[in-house]
Amino acid sequence: MSSNTQANPEYQLGEKESTNYINASKGLMSWLFTIDHKRIGLMYLFTIMGTFALGGFLALAVRLELFTPGQTIMGPDAYNRVFTLHGLVMVFLFIIPGIPAALGNFVMPLMLGAKDVAFPKLNLASFHIYVIGTVMALYTTLDGGVDTGWTFYTPYSSTIDSQVVMMTMSAFVLGFSSIFTGLNFVVTIHKMRAPGMTWDRLPLFVWALYATAIIQVMATPVLGITLLLLAMERVMGIGIFDPALGGDPVLFQHFFWFYSHPAVYIMILPGMGVMSELITTFSRKRIFGYRAIALSSIAIAVISFLVWGHHMFVSGQSAYAGMVFSFLTFLVAIPSGIKIINWSTTLYKGAISLDAPMVWALSFLILFTIGGLTGIFLGALGTDIHLHDTYFVVAHFHYVMMGGTAMAFFGGMHYWWPKMFGKMYNEFAARLAAWTVFVGFNVTFFPQFIMGSRGMPRRYYDYLPESGYQIFHQISTVGSWILLLGMLIMAVNLFSSLKNGKEASSNPWEARSLEWLTQSPPIEHNFHEIPTVVEGPYEFPIATATATPQGAESSDP
Amino acid sequence: MESTTQTGSFWMPPQASTTAAEVDSLFDFIMDLNYIFFAIIFAMTVYFVVKYQKTDENPIATSDLSHNTVWEGLWTFIPLVLCLIVFVWGFRVFLNNTVAPDNAMEINVTAQKWSWSFKYDDGQTTSDLYAPAGQPVKLILKSKDVLHSFYVPDFRIKSDVVPGRYTTVWFEAMKPGDHRIFCTEYCGRQHSGMYRTVHVLSAEDFAKKKSDGFEGRPEGQDPAVWGKQLYSKYGCNACHGLEEGEVKVGPSFYGIYGRKGETADGQSYVANEEYIRESIMEPMAKIVKGYAPAMPSFKDQIGGDQMDAIIAFMKTLK
Ligand code: HEC
Ligand code: HEM
Ligand SMILES: [Cu+2]
Ligand SMILES: [Cu+2]
Repeated sequence: MSSNTQANPEYQLGEKESTNYINASKGLMSWLFTIDHKRIGLMYLFTIMGTFALGGFLALAVRLELFTPGQTIMGPDAYNRVFTLHGLVMVFLFIIPGIPAALGNFVMPLMLGAKDVAFPKLNLASFHIYVIGTVMALYTTLDGGVDTGWTFYTPYSSTIDSQVVMMTMSAFVLGFSSIFTGLNFVVTIHKMRAPGMTWDRLPLFVWALYATAIIQVMATPVLGITLLLLAMERVMGIGIFDPALGGDPVLFQHFFWFYSHPAVYIMILPGMGVMSELITTFSRKRIFGYRAIALSSIAIAVISFLVWGHHMFVSGQSAYAGMVFSFLTFLVAIPSGIKIINWSTTLYKGAISLDAPMVWALSFLILFTIGGLTGIFLGALGTDIHLHDTYFVVAHFHYVMMGGTAMAFFGGMHYWWPKMFGKMYNEFAARLAAWTVFVGFNVTFFPQFIMGSRGMPRRYYDYLPESGYQIFHQISTVGSWILLLGMLIMAVNLFSSLKNGKEASSNPWEARSLEWLTQSPPIEHNFHEIPTVVEGPYEFPIATATATPQGAESSDP
Repeated sequence: MESTTQTGSFWMPPQASTTAAEVDSLFDFIMDLNYIFFAIIFAMTVYFVVKYQKTDENPIATSDLSHNTVWEGLWTFIPLVLCLIVFVWGFRVFLNNTVAPDNAMEINVTAQKWSWSFKYDDGQTTSDLYAPAGQPVKLILKSKDVLHSFYVPDFRIKSDVVPGRYTTVWFEAMKPGDHRIFCTEYCGRQHSGMYRTVHVLSAEDFAKKKSDGFEGRPEGQDPAVWGKQLYSKYGCNACHGLEEGEVKVGPSFYGIYGRKGETADGQSYVANEEYIRESIMEPMAKIVKGYAPAMPSFKDQIGGDQMDAIIAFMKTLK
């Protein structure tokens, strides 16, 4: 078994032990105050499933309201709160922590061959802070909510009568959680690699988490300060962003996007990392262009700090600034494009099976390609003027964030589920869910491209019946019900597997990175002894080469 | 309103300004790139997935291809070149679309929650925009409160309207017709209700209507009926209902004329002509008890005739 992975084949798994990290200790407290990265990852995972469900129901409400012009199920004030909360929940509570803090926390140390992250207590603190931030956001919602959009643009946000201060403070707190996770991961990846785990033997998921962590640590403080300034403006009336107090509203946009554009890559890079794992494992094939993929993650992380102004082409910033930002935006597009082609090329001459995680991965490949390509319209100044703040943008970012990151999240979840819980889910239901979501997603979001380029603005409670947008809204709303169906199938399937699922072996997918070396679910300290790594993570056996047993060379580090 | 229904291409609304066609050619070019690249990725993926299925004959991969410098060079270089073309093209279209010709006619635009007002060189103001065909028009935009954004899809123009600074856009409409104006920067409750119309007139009609007053009371119309139209044109409807006791942002207009009330600082008042005029021109002077001081001033927008008509309309509400 164990010799299938990148570790030294002498590493012996031994008998499967009956104690594992899940049943090693009992009681609520043993979970809430655990410092085991696997337990923390799991708590993150369940919390994030909850926030995703919440964000999803809000999205369904938004879609339902737009089914007919005028009032369908709620008034404009409620609508504005609902779409704002949807955006906030999806961005700050689901997608930013989603892959790194839930999946990454669980598998990254295993992948490195480590017993835990570098700072287990900081890891726990990060989770606690995340929960506090989430509770603050939910409390704010019950206490009146905010209607500013997740972007909090001033001076609307600094003057409007809603709970902006509390909500920005919640985002401020959540920022710390993100920074702590990032910091922890950077140090862990530098310091905790098993012997022989050189940088060029790191699984690409780890590379992606590394690039993400750098952005988290560097960009999040900027958001924190910006939101703090906004809160100070509201509470103490110091004029920073509100022109009525001598401030500058466009300055807020610069600050905000200085974080939020890099944050877009906090959202997508981990998804790209998951993709590299899924594509290789299910085509049983070495990744094409390991170096290009690893380094392009870093390139993306660096350049992503320099393109924030592409959100502001019509904000009144100078034409010169617009030109520079447009140019840099095209530069950052190239590495993402390379990754897509590399994943596709990896399939070439593989031995491909369409297990559920792979279906999610292929969805990602198709949907993210559409998301990326439609970004070209928005990076080009001439066309962005027309498309900015229309449904075209809404469609674009859902193709990237949901079609990209969320698909990778679900794919990763199905991939590592057997490792996390030691149970297999029903494969047929899992594939069905993935295909249903794929269809529902396109039905929901593709029509939004069309109505958007035809001029339908975003954040609109209402539209005129004679404007011709209604049919697109209706298709989109119906799509959201298909999406719901797919999600329900997935949820029922995964949860019932915990009770009824077949036992999972240590390496059900015959993957090669180290998390598959230990038993499923892993023992408390991950490995009995630290494995030594003898080769790269994607060196799958091939039919044409003379068969040398893997890791036959000397195994000492 | 005909021309604001969708009769453009599959993707785009009608082209009604001189720069729209340029924007659309760039759009079409990028769309072609989208189709081509999507087709390549899609075809490759589907082909590989079908062809290299794991089967008993094909249990493991048959290649461990890890890179290919020529191919990788090509698929970095070609997209890069295409991206640079799109970038340069996009920038040129942008400049044409944002730098107004010198001979442009200037119109001042003020945005506020949740209406627009347009002020012409002779001092008159309107709530819809009137513009001559075949003549460049430059709009100088400012906001009284929060961010708004001025967007005319048929003209392919958009610019944020920022409090505390001026921004500009320009267009040259090709022929007479009506086109929709949207607000595309989120501005609160009635953001989606902040749509108005650009009426493009022939040069002669424009000149004639301008000297008659663009939005004067139509010949023979009852001032109260006109007042009701102004009520929605100036966006009073966003904050004031007409039903008895209806509370939006502000109090209902039902029975307002002659109503006795109290201000936030405890003075009592009777809503006569003078009070109503003051409420509209200087809304901060007296705040009705129980309401926020949220009403913008309409001082530069509502002229004497219009004020009379609004009051006449209010008198009918009982
Ligand atoms: C942004 C919301 C808003 C808009 C738009 C608005 N108002 Fe108001 N208005 C208010 C509020 C709030 C009050 C009550 C507070 C006050 O007296 O200023 C008010 C008060 C009034 C009053 C006094 C009512 C009373 O019962 O004493 C009048 C008259 C009035 N508005 C007329 C108008 C007219 C006419 C328009 C359109 C040209 C208009 N308002 C547009 C918010 C608005
Ligand atoms: C991964 C999942 C998702 C993420 C990260 C996400 C994120 C966002 C964000 C950031 C916004 C912008 C909010 C704002 O403008 O303030 C938004 C808007 C919107 N989302 Fe989602 N979303 C997700 C899933 C969905 C789903 C499943 C649906 C539909 C079923 C949906 C429907 C919408 C709609 C209709 C809007 C536009 C609201 C408007 O502008 O009026 N989203 N989403
Ligand atoms: Cu960006
Ligand atoms: Cu608006």
